Amino acid sequence: MSQSYNRGLIEDFGRWKEFSAGMWAWIFHKFTGWMLIGYLFTHIAVLSSAIAAADGQTIMLEGEAVNAYTGTIQGLESLFIIRVLEVGLLAVAVFHILNGLRLLMVDLGIGLEAQDKSFYASLILTGVITVASVPTFMQGVGL
Amino acid sequence: MSTQQQEPDTDAETEPEEPESQEVPADQEMSGLASPQQQRLQRKHDGMAEREREAAEDDLEGDSVHIKVFRYDPEVEGKQEPRFDDFHVPFERGMTVLDAVIYARDEFDSSLTFRHSCRQAICGSDAFFVNGRQRLGCKTQISELDQPVRIEPLPHQEVVKDLVVDMDHFYDQMHAVEPYFQDEDTPDSADLEEQRQSPENREKIKMSSRCIWCGACMSSCNIAAGDNEYLGPAAINKAYKFAMDDRESEEIKEHRLRIVEQEHGVWRCQTQFSCTEVCPKDIPLTEHIQELKREAVKKNLKFW
Repeated sequence: MSQSYNRGLIEDFGRWKEFSAGMWAWIFHKFTGWMLIGYLFTHIAVLSSAIAAADGQTIMLEGEAVNAYTGTIQGLESLFIIRVLEVGLLAVAVFHILNGLRLLMVDLGIGLEAQDKSFYASLILTGVITVASVPTFMQGVGL
Repeated sequence: MSTQQQEPDTDAETEPEEPESQEVPADQEMSGLASPQQQRLQRKHDGMAEREREAAEDDLEGDSVHIKVFRYDPEVEGKQEPRFDDFHVPFERGMTVLDAVIYARDEFDSSLTFRHSCRQAICGSDAFFVNGRQRLGCKTQISELDQPVRIEPLPHQEVVKDLVVDMDHFYDQMHAVEPYFQDEDTPDSADLEEQRQSPENREKIKMSSRCIWCGACMSSCNIAAGDNEYLGPAAINKAYKFAMDDRESEEIKEHRLRIVEQEHGVWRCQTQFSCTEVCPKDIPLTEHIQELKREAVKKNLKFW
């Protein structure tokens, strides 16, 4: 053999249409995991405004001075985009939880032949819970 | 039916445990309706009926099959750039992907290169990447595939020529798990009787023993693609076969678990089920890998 041909990893990127349930579950689990880690940092950033509030700092919200923590939260909650992101966060968290339960079952060796069905079930359940949460999250916010 | 049986049918029903009758073991298996064997047979039977019906529905008889075959030859200038060749192969009932490429090689282009040997899914030579999935050429019916049928060599392995890939790495991984029956020391010469396996234990490792080393699972595995040192599903399955075999001593089992619980062993598996999906012998590879993971944990976690 004088040489051989290495097709490398490039070909893999066009292959997503051929993925099966288990592969999608893995990709979504990774994706939602990273999203949740990203959210943790913004969560800490928002909560840290409580330090400023404890020092007695205030910020102006709709013409009145409120303490820094309450002001930050209320300011964020009045933004439409934040409400949309919250719905997205719920979807991501719910899928991660449900698929995490599925993976727990897989690790325990329970129902391995139904792994694709449990993935579809967690997808559907995520969708249902997300849609059901929209009225709650979108309460009292205008565009 | 037994040849010894001379009495009429009435007797056969009252005496099912005729020792000479070859039907008896089969009967015992039939009685265990939910046994894995029974389920597999049922599935096989259902699948066969399904295929018959499908074949009757879209009878391709007389048509030709359009196959696109990956071509690459490092030794001929002008063929060093990979390309796809189109062949139109006359369809026959029951034609497999392997039959189609054999026809293309024999009738159209004798330089078309691929491995094949037994044509009955035992030798494991002809795993190809057919229509975006690792399949065994001789076990895949052309009539079940969308046309044109795209036939490529297995991904994540270097292509030597056309559909032939370099299997060395796969074989290295297979050998790394010591795929042979062994013991710490040679048994005493006075103690050389045959080592029997219980039927239950046989049933446990039965599926894992079906591996034909075709490499489809390794090629489909996303982790093996990114981590060249990962043992891969086939090798771990092989380790499972021997680790779960009761006839090997506890020390050997521990030794085997030490091999598979290394950094590039069972813990690389992310349960994507790709290997289980593509395995032409229907081995529940992910299940076996998960079981070895649990065994490895049990071995290391001792609270007493």
